Amino acid sequence: MTALAILAAAGFGLAILGAAFVALRTRSTPVAVLAAGLVSLFASVVFLILAAPDVAMTEAAIGSGLTTFLFFYVLGRIRRESANDQ
Amino acid sequence: MLSQIALATGFVLILMGLYGALTHHNILRMIVGFTLADTGVNLVLVAVGYMPGRTAPIMDSAVPVADASARIIDPVPQALVLTAIVIGLGVTALMLAYAYRLFRMRRSLDISKFTELKW
Amino acid sequence: MTSKLTVRSFFVMALLGLLGLAFWALAANYTPDAELNRTAAYYAANTAEETGAQNIVSAIIVTYRGLDTLGEVTVLFLTAAIVALVLSQSKAPRGGSGSGFLPSGELLTTGTQMLVPIIMLFGAYVFVNGHLTPGGGFQGGAILASGILLLLLAEPSRRFGHALIGRIESLSGVVYVALGIAGIVFAGGFLDNRILGLGSFGSILSAGAIPLIYILIGLKVGAEFSSILESLEETEDA
Repeated sequence: MTALAILAAAGFGLAILGAAFVALRTRSTPVAVLAAGLVSLFASVVFLILAAPDVAMTEAAIGSGLTTFLFFYVLGRIRRESANDQ
Repeated sequence: MLSQIALATGFVLILMGLYGALTHHNILRMIVGFTLADTGVNLVLVAVGYMPGRTAPIMDSAVPVADASARIIDPVPQALVLTAIVIGLGVTALMLAYAYRLFRMRRSLDISKFTELKW
Repeated sequence: MTSKLTVRSFFVMALLGLLGLAFWALAANYTPDAELNRTAAYYAANTAEETGAQNIVSAIIVTYRGLDTLGEVTVLFLTAAIVALVLSQSKAPRGGSGSGFLPSGELLTTGTQMLVPIIMLFGAYVFVNGHLTPGGGFQGGAILASGILLLLLAEPSRRFGHALIGRIESLSGVVYVALGIAGIVFAGGFLDNRILGLGSFGSILSAGAIPLIYILIGLKVGAEFSSILESLEETEDA
């Protein structure tokens, strides 16, 4: 059980770092936003493994759900206004 | 072992987020960097509260009240992180609103176009 | 320009390196505690008796650190107000509606009609059971706000009552503070949950005022998140 938990935590930790790398290095901003949301989602799984279900719920609902949509609302507005400019 | 892994992940995530916030020129990408660092700080705090071999701080049939002290992990960091996540969303929303205002002002998201405070 | 860039990246790297060194020093010799520290041990030993809540995290947030939570909800309210203020000052020429997402299709509209009541019900379940199971006002409020988000996505042109959201928000805030003051008058101090009976441990109507306060926090947080989402979505060329 503990070995499995450690393995899962290590896997999700690597997945977090990989998604964070994508979020930093990609050229397109929407991909970066989605990757940051993915980081939050994996982090919420790690919280669950660390015996913090309350924090995991909050992170999944707020960190990966609402934050991503806030970014996309602002992105959508900016994209439409730059299209209007031309 | 588990808490060391989470601790290391959190610390690396903080560094990566700060690197992104410091080196990107696009304001939105800087905000993405800040949210990454935010998640990293939360991971570190929860990892500090974790103790091997113990379970979540909820007293139900699996954890009777009498031996709760010996069975649960530290609940205080969890309460702190819970509030930190909620405030993190508020901070992100504020940053995004200001980024949008800056875009409206200068028609650009490039931070190097904003030179008023430069000398 | 290139030399300036290298100087800057040198400073960034130096800063991150120093920070990484500090983190390394913190993480390298870290050993998890074997025993709970005194604060945590107090909470573990006395939560059931003093507050009657099963979920110790909820008991800390609502009762032991209730004043902090009130402050936090106030910070969130200020954030929502500032976002609305900042965005409402930038009126753009009218045209189009919503946030620039494509008009929603049949699938999204029908799915929304089916899902939103269930999402709202789930949010309410999460914050009503906050003292028993993982979850509580903040999570439930976020779930309520994601229901509102789905509505905004399905019908970008639809206007929600700012007045209704504002009323829910301010009413739950006022009742929250009133319950806190009732705690001073009838029990041990501000936001003391023992103004109501503690009930039988583990049932839904237990833990005194904790479920009541968590419901109020859930409504308030949900209203604040919805108002942030809404002002980012619609304000300018609505």
